[in-house]
Amino acid sequence: MWAEFSLTHAWLIPLLPASAFVLISFFLLSSPWLASRLAIVAMGSSFLLALGAAAAVLTQGITVEAPFVMKTVWFSMPGLSVDMGVLVDPIAATLLFVVTLITLLVLIYSTGYMAGDPGYCRFFAFISLFAASMLGLVIATNFLQMFVFWELVGLCSYLLIGFYFFKVSAREAGKKAFMTTRIGDFGLLLGILLLQITFRTLDFAELAVKVPAYVAENGAASLTFIAILIFIGPVAKSGQFPLHVWLPDAMEGPTPVSALIHAATMVVAGVYLIARSFAIFSVLPGALTVIAWLGVFTALFAAFIALTQREIKRILAFSTISQLGFMMLALGVGSLTSSMFHLMTHAFFKALLFLGAGSVLHALHDQADIFQMGGLRKSMPATCLMMGTAVLAIAGIPPFAGFFSKDEILVAAAHVSTPIYLLASLAAFMTAFYMARLFILTFLGKPNPHNHPHESGLSMLVPMGVLAVLSVVGGIIPFAMGFGEWVRFGPAHHAGIDWAVAGASTVISLLGFALAWYIYGGGHTRSNDLTIKTGALYTWSFNKCYVDEIYQWFNRTFVGGLARLSFWIDIHALGAVVDNAWRGTGAAGSEMRRLQTGQMQQYAAVMLSATVVLVILLAALTGSLVKGGQI
Amino acid sequence: MGDGLMHTLAFYFLAGITLAAATGVVFKRNLVHSAFLLSVTFLGVAGLYMTLEAEFLAAVQALVYSGAVAVLVVIGVMLTQRDDMSKSNPPNKMVVAGASAALAIVGVLVWAVVATPWKTGRGAVVSVADIGRRFLTDFAPPFEAVALLLLAAVIGAVVLFKGGKVQS
Amino acid sequence: MIGLSHYLLVSAALFGLGLFGLLTKRNLIAVLMSIELMLNSVNINLVAFSRYTAADASAGQVFSLFIIAVAAAEVAVGLALAYAIYRGRGTVSVDEIDWLKW
Repeated sequence: MWAEFSLTHAWLIPLLPASAFVLISFFLLSSPWLASRLAIVAMGSSFLLALGAAAAVLTQGITVEAPFVMKTVWFSMPGLSVDMGVLVDPIAATLLFVVTLITLLVLIYSTGYMAGDPGYCRFFAFISLFAASMLGLVIATNFLQMFVFWELVGLCSYLLIGFYFFKVSAREAGKKAFMTTRIGDFGLLLGILLLQITFRTLDFAELAVKVPAYVAENGAASLTFIAILIFIGPVAKSGQFPLHVWLPDAMEGPTPVSALIHAATMVVAGVYLIARSFAIFSVLPGALTVIAWLGVFTALFAAFIALTQREIKRILAFSTISQLGFMMLALGVGSLTSSMFHLMTHAFFKALLFLGAGSVLHALHDQADIFQMGGLRKSMPATCLMMGTAVLAIAGIPPFAGFFSKDEILVAAAHVSTPIYLLASLAAFMTAFYMARLFILTFLGKPNPHNHPHESGLSMLVPMGVLAVLSVVGGIIPFAMGFGEWVRFGPAHHAGIDWAVAGASTVISLLGFALAWYIYGGGHTRSNDLTIKTGALYTWSFNKCYVDEIYQWFNRTFVGGLARLSFWIDIHALGAVVDNAWRGTGAAGSEMRRLQTGQMQQYAAVMLSATVVLVILLAALTGSLVKGGQI
Repeated sequence: MGDGLMHTLAFYFLAGITLAAATGVVFKRNLVHSAFLLSVTFLGVAGLYMTLEAEFLAAVQALVYSGAVAVLVVIGVMLTQRDDMSKSNPPNKMVVAGASAALAIVGVLVWAVVATPWKTGRGAVVSVADIGRRFLTDFAPPFEAVALLLLAAVIGAVVLFKGGKVQS
Repeated sequence: MIGLSHYLLVSAALFGLGLFGLLTKRNLIAVLMSIELMLNSVNINLVAFSRYTAADASAGQVFSLFIIAVAAAEVAVGLALAYAIYRGRGTVSVDEIDWLKW
């Protein structure tokens, strides 16, 4: 009964946090205790509804091909009719569960982490707004509704990254995030418009039928272009190369924000968009190839940079980019199941990693350089244990969560393309390496005498604990219960484990750990030597391959140049026109003024002459001059 | 008056007086002379009205124009008199231009008059009663308006003469 | 013998004289007098038309009466103005009354 209610009232899921946002913003900005409790209650209710919806999906047998849809006409005009509604299927149910759960845990964590911050209430309001936007995006029935919430999510990201608005770096990071995703949104919007023009509808269910039919008749070429345009949106939002540049800077926001938005929820919106419209992409092999190769390249690229970063959150940011690459790669090789599975497990362990990092930062008073940390396992045992769990999960060690999801991706890749499989495995190796590096340098070894850490409070540890448990069992349980039968596109995968691939990936991850232990275990000497020996490679990796610098140069040269040119044209070319207009008018006026002599008889004379001229003109025009006049 | 020798003679005589006096008004340098000649012009015009069988109008012309307007003009001359009355009405610098303009206008008018084939006939005989009736029926609104106008003119003239300031 | 055109020509001549006076006299009172000449010429026109055409006869004379009334009012106000100017500035020479200029 609860399941049935949740399904038909699924629109409440985004509405409750939205109401929390409104109430907090208008009434509760000066009552921290009330604001946080209201946000948590609203989110908790949404979580329960999400669970109910998931249960309904399971019990009523709702499938991806036959989703549950409830919609109403939003606006309708000739040539375009757009609905607003709720679409629930296994994919959406997965996301609903993940988003509401992680948001709830982050909210509880924030009551501890953000305590004492002057913007405490604003934080909870914005998080609620973000949750509402993300949930609205998840249940959208058509591209336009999704786009609206897509933009809203981007806005919330901007607000939350720039949360510490008094810091210049935070403001700049917020702007950078918004503008980079804007570029993606532009591509996405163009794609949506072209879709509307071609098919006259933006509804996912309708397009799922029309697009394959169209491609069967006309071939894939023109639609591939549209699909690539649509894909540009996820490239920016989900941090694929080359629009990934905003994610590392987004770490300027508070750590709970990084955990929620830039690890578990918002950045997966791009992956979700592709998954939601997979009916379109699956019949466009060209588009899928692009997505796959870009995904694997992003995975490698970001992992390469993460190898040398020193700030703890930055390592995690690049790790997120890399894992998003994996999710895109999975979609590109045609496996919706593994992509969504990895999305879910990644949410668990990445959020845990960020929350753990927040715990560490809180304890060390925002000392973020892992080379200045060390030995925290003695002073922060709970955090150490849980972070260790997350590291094992992300490295894909069985039976932790990441093993099952990453294994699925590698299997799917191996079936489709061996180069992609090999590159993905290399990225997995690097993932294990840099995560172990992070763990060793932070928690193992000798403590740094400058640091005086203490373990975090329960409000922070309990959510982390929940996530730790999920990082352990969140892979094996869905796997055993047939995740792949529900969340899929096309026929279901076999639920078995490919032992060859699984074995290989485990060995690779363990090798990564071993290498990290060799370099970083027991002091910094070996790592310093390695830094010097790898020289240019190290510099490239440490400076994020200079992508930001290239963009800055481009901006200065071209955009700046264009701006300067436009300014010059405005002042001199257009300005000349305007200047001449007013100068000319002034000059004409000065001359005409001389007519005003004040001499009455002159005025009379002028009027007289004018009258005579008029009379002669009239007479000439009406022909009286010629004909001699008739009365 | 009928057509006939008397009519022709009367017309030419009166027209001559009128135009001669008007020439004097415009060309004489003595303002007082101009003023008095103006009065003569008005009487001449009254005479022309008589030849046009508009007796009532002639009477009104003589009374109002020659009797009141001309007197007003003389009063005005008196009030604004300068020292040397014999040079008080000189021409200005625009004589040539003014003359040409006037001649141009007159030329156009003359041409219009001469070139147009007028269809002349005999209008009805107009009596004072007719005029009176028209004033009170068809032209009653303008009649009232003119009354207002005269009231406004009287007040305005008084105000301007007094100096326009409210003295407490 | 004497027809409409004769009267119209007299009226034209009178109008021309008045116009010449308007444009060339230096004294303000003289200009007013010239205006009166022009008004009279118009009146002659109207009355001549009323006598020599078969149209609405009395209307022409009524119109002329209106013009006479208006002209009288105008002369009154005009002379009051001339006097006011004379009292204020000491001159009735049109050349010197040119303060409304650039």
